[in-house]
Amino acid sequence: MMQSKQTEILVGLFVAAGLAALFMLAMKVSNLGDFTDEKGYQVTASFQNIGGLKPRSQVSMAGVRVGRVADIKLDPETYDAVVTLNIYPEYDNIPLDTSASIFTAGLLGEQYIGLQAGADDFYLGDGDEITLTQPAVVLEQIIGQFLYSKAEGE
Amino acid sequence: MIDFIRMLGRWGLGTLERLGRATLLLVQIITGIPELMMRFSLVVQQLFYVGVLSVLIILVSGLFVGMVLGLQGYNTLVDFGAEESLGVLVSLSLVRELGPVVSALLFAGRAGSALTAEVGLMKSTEQLSGMEMMAVDPVRRIIAPRFLAGVISMPLLAAMFSAVGILGAFLVGHGLLGVDDGAFWSQMQAKTDWYEDILNGVIKSIVFGFVVTWIALFEGYDAVPTSEGVGRSTTRTVVHSAFAILGLDFVLTALMFGE
Repeated sequence: MMQSKQTEILVGLFVAAGLAALFMLAMKVSNLGDFTDEKGYQVTASFQNIGGLKPRSQVSMAGVRVGRVADIKLDPETYDAVVTLNIYPEYDNIPLDTSASIFTAGLLGEQYIGLQAGADDFYLGDGDEITLTQPAVVLEQIIGQFLYSKAEGE
Repeated sequence: MIDFIRMLGRWGLGTLERLGRATLLLVQIITGIPELMMRFSLVVQQLFYVGVLSVLIILVSGLFVGMVLGLQGYNTLVDFGAEESLGVLVSLSLVRELGPVVSALLFAGRAGSALTAEVGLMKSTEQLSGMEMMAVDPVRRIIAPRFLAGVISMPLLAAMFSAVGILGAFLVGHGLLGVDDGAFWSQMQAKTDWYEDILNGVIKSIVFGFVVTWIALFEGYDAVPTSEGVGRSTTRTVVHSAFAILGLDFVLTALMFGE
């Protein structure tokens, strides 16, 4: 009887350790940890080109993460990319004339949306649209333009 | 020439027959599982032998695999100035591949061979026929609890392997090589997806646990009841399990991450 009790305790520890490892993988290793705080309000912005932006990419302001990309669609009329941003509720005082641009973290890093605050007295709310946008910088285009202008100069 | 063809035919028929018997055993095991829920203590006991006793080897191997990954990955990444991506490299390789595969191989060696030897010896000492004489179904009493225990413990062991491996890589990367710890964790979190990477790894390990325990139990149950036969079955368990794990890993990877 004593033996089987001990066995049960060890098995219990084993299962708990396995689940704890899985929990650690979920919370510490994967992005599930910050998946839970999906509260906030939604703002849209349309870009000519979003480059490699993906849903769940970061939205940051002055380097601080203020939200995530919730959804990306193509506008059927203007052929612009319509990006829905989910901004965390604590950042509820972003001016209405804020501009959004797509940046790359480092030379080869992930793409993210950077917001530059405007000076408007009114703040962005749920469903508003950011009208001042700057498309993603596509490296190949820049190189192409550079080569083209170089050839023109000669 | 005719002899050769006949040998080939006999081998083919034999393989088919064994496959058929293995499938029948599996069906018997699975139909026995609901009944097993009534007597879960049988499974708990097997979880101890199959799972708890495998923890040590899994943890130690996981730690070292993670540490080696950290060192090797750092050497490659530092050439590109991307040593901050070490966390991503380690977590993705462990969670997607090495965790399930290496822990399944270790599991086959540590627990699978023990299961085959145990069941095979039970057969050769006629304990299984003895049970049948007493109207106790050996498949339900002996095989099914071991099967369930194997399927339950495999994903837990694989999760431990990956978790400890990542910690090992962190120890080497941050402690020894000086990778920034914030970048290590945040890049890892940004690039490792719960559904895409971790859950697919868990599914892989469940499949491996299923296959390895099935092979081990069938080899034991089907062993030639002599000491030589049991020995041969034990060897076959390890070899066939390794083949099955690596082959299935390719198929599963192609299905999950191939697109």
